[in-house]
Amino acid sequence: MTSAFITPIWKISLEAPQYPEGLEMKIWINRITGDLQTINGLNHYIGMKTIEPDSIQELKIMPYTLGLLIIAGIFVSLTGKRKIFFVWVFLLILSGIAGGIDFYLWEYDYGHNLDPNAAIKVPGMNYQPPFIGSKKLLNFVAHSYPDTGGYIIIFSGVICLLILLIELNLISLNRKHIKSR
Amino acid sequence: MNIRINKPLLHTNYGLCRKISFKVILLTTVALLFLSCGKNEKSSNVSISEDAASKVYVPPGQHDEFYGFISGGFSGQLAVYGLPSGRLFRVIPVFSVDAEKGWGFTEETKPMLMTSHGFIPWDDSHHSELSMTNGAPDGRWVFLNGNNTPRVARIDLTTFRTAEILEIPNSAGNHSSPFITENSEYLVCGTRFSIPVKEKDVPIESYREKFSGCLSFVKINPHSGEMNIEFQILTPPYNHDLSHAGKGPSHGWFFFSCYNSEEAHTLLEVNASQKDKDYMIAVNWKKAEEYVLQGKAKEYTTEYYHNKYDDKTHTGKSEVLNKVKVLEPSECPGIMYLIPCPKSPHGADVDPSGEYIIAGGKLATVIPVFSFTKMIKAIENKEFEGEVAGIPVIRYEAALHGELQNPGLGPLHTEFDDKGYAYTSMFVSSEVIKWDVKKLEVLDRAASFYSVGHIMIPGGDSKKPWGKYLVVMNKITKDRFLPTGPELTQSAQLYDISGDRMKLLLDFPTVGEPHYAQGIKADLISGKSLKIFKIDENRHPYAIKSVKDARVVREGNIVRVYGATIRSHFEPDNIEGIKVGDVVYFHITNLEQDWDIPHGFAIMGAENAEMLIMPGETQTLKWEPKTATVYPFYCTDFCSALHQEMQGYVRVQPKNSSPVIKYSTGTK
Repeated sequence: MTSAFITPIWKISLEAPQYPEGLEMKIWINRITGDLQTINGLNHYIGMKTIEPDSIQELKIMPYTLGLLIIAGIFVSLTGKRKIFFVWVFLLILSGIAGGIDFYLWEYDYGHNLDPNAAIKVPGMNYQPPFIGSKKLLNFVAHSYPDTGGYIIIFSGVICLLILLIELNLISLNRKHIKSR
Repeated sequence: MNIRINKPLLHTNYGLCRKISFKVILLTTVALLFLSCGKNEKSSNVSISEDAASKVYVPPGQHDEFYGFISGGFSGQLAVYGLPSGRLFRVIPVFSVDAEKGWGFTEETKPMLMTSHGFIPWDDSHHSELSMTNGAPDGRWVFLNGNNTPRVARIDLTTFRTAEILEIPNSAGNHSSPFITENSEYLVCGTRFSIPVKEKDVPIESYREKFSGCLSFVKINPHSGEMNIEFQILTPPYNHDLSHAGKGPSHGWFFFSCYNSEEAHTLLEVNASQKDKDYMIAVNWKKAEEYVLQGKAKEYTTEYYHNKYDDKTHTGKSEVLNKVKVLEPSECPGIMYLIPCPKSPHGADVDPSGEYIIAGGKLATVIPVFSFTKMIKAIENKEFEGEVAGIPVIRYEAALHGELQNPGLGPLHTEFDDKGYAYTSMFVSSEVIKWDVKKLEVLDRAASFYSVGHIMIPGGDSKKPWGKYLVVMNKITKDRFLPTGPELTQSAQLYDISGDRMKLLLDFPTVGEPHYAQGIKADLISGKSLKIFKIDENRHPYAIKSVKDARVVREGNIVRVYGATIRSHFEPDNIEGIKVGDVVYFHITNLEQDWDIPHGFAIMGAENAEMLIMPGETQTLKWEPKTATVYPFYCTDFCSALHQEMQGYVRVQPKNSSPVIKYSTGTK
């Protein structure tokens, strides 16, 4: 999971006839990279707010949240206690869901809070990129998917959950073995 | 296609996400990773059949295999073509002003055209030459000569713009230029006209006594590409025509063809065509370097300009230089030898092995092939037939490998393929011949339409030619294209030379009159092409990095507009407070950081031109309004759907008024 500090978590990519090379925006744990300036430039036509990474508090909090979770995870594994592990996995999933909701709310805010005086009026004043998946927005097709770091986090979450289930199965199947520990 | 596959998978994902089935998540993850891997692949299988059309057909959206850099001749510019399609991509302004791009009209580019004769808005560019590493074109820079007001230019192949122009003193008609050594150590500038060098104001009749030829050796900085005249070598008052550097075993030598060994100064068409042989001049430049180090060079006082363009300050600067080191061959034994050469030679071309030096004697009936090994032996054995002004003349036969008999009429210029064959243009009989250099046999002839001058095979003057295509450049086209009045296009023709016979594939019109050209495999350049200038690295003194900094400032009668362009408006776009008599500088920074989004700037009544401003660049247009009224300005480069809305107004008030500077954008 520490790899999320060195790889991007999420990627929104855009395709349009004028951009055969594509445009992309990579969301890292603490910053946003890619063609942000170009995307902002294009968004101004429909009156979307400028995406300014500096003003997004989450990018400041996220490294600490994930850092704490990782450190806590190490301690949990050192204690070797199942109950604490369950609590930790629960917290991990909870922060994952919270992160997802927060991301959706940001997308909703950017996609719906459009300047009514903009040059181009988007039908329904809704230009929200998909939470996950692909969507056609005017001349752009927007793709929103996890990036390397995101996949690794999801993968590690899945492994943890898998371990949790195996552990639960072990309770019923192999009690003796655990007792003898 | 991938997107279509993507979608159903994703819908499945939505549907199942609440159930949190690990298998599905895992499978989806793997599938998505897998799909995203293959996303950017294009199919590029083009089957090439035997007919000419398919060989030059580059389908829409596909790229050419080679770049061709064809000199613009009297246009003074350099044209960039794709080969084999013959499609024109760009005309790079070099020695001539270009109102379309603002070259020579913006304040930043004006210094690039400065010379000791003042601002020169035009020149005649004959020969392009690519920089080389290990004897092969490396795609870093292309050099171009300015023939009329002697200059040489360096074009940067990341920006495809002129980065440097160096004036050549003691020279007139910089024709045998800018040929380059195998690791771009030096390029040369041989003067076509001999001129009085030591005394300037002399009677023309004193030609033989007072005039000299001059060969300049311009050193190239291996990192920056920057040029400086390391030394010059004076020659007898001949006309220097063309040149090429030795390579491999002959590296360290330069070969120059010369005509007018008769030393005529009038009616040259007759008087310079009297002798059966002129000379091929062999220069040992490594030896010349040693003499310079030993202090044998004399320092001549002169004046010449060195103009450099900086891509960080986006500004050209001129430096005036006053000294140049000059060697006289009579005082420096071993640097120069003359080899008799039939008759009025044009081309001086060295084969890829570096052993054979081929002259194109345009009035000769044979093509002489000199052997470097034999030349060195002749020098060692002093097989001289005499000397001219202290320069030894090697016996013709002693340096000769052999003569190609009956090549055609008017041999001019030779290029080489990668199989040991030479190709020579025949101006008078209007054809190209393919011949075996060693065996001295003509193997094939192909007509050219009409009067071919130079020819070009990509890499054809280097150690590693790509022997697939031959481009011939014609002086006359007559009936080849739709007529356009008395002035017709010049042309290039493309031949397939991959087989035994040359096959004509394509005619295409050229910019100006093409002389020499260079070709290079496209992927040596295309990947390095710059997309934007980074705005953070813009160090132009009048640049602004944000629309917040846009402003108008009065400094006496000078008004500076610190403006910006960003789709789709100018900042500021309403300007007041200017009066007749003011000198207004529009310093416009294009804040875009997106590929292929230049903005243009034009204002009504401007006496100079428009300017095109690349993303991240700052350019300045000077404007002196003559009457009090409101002047519109607008963006000239179609930048966006709201390009037509990208405009503004400048109010100019009468001369005796005292208006207050005001500027704004929108109604903020």
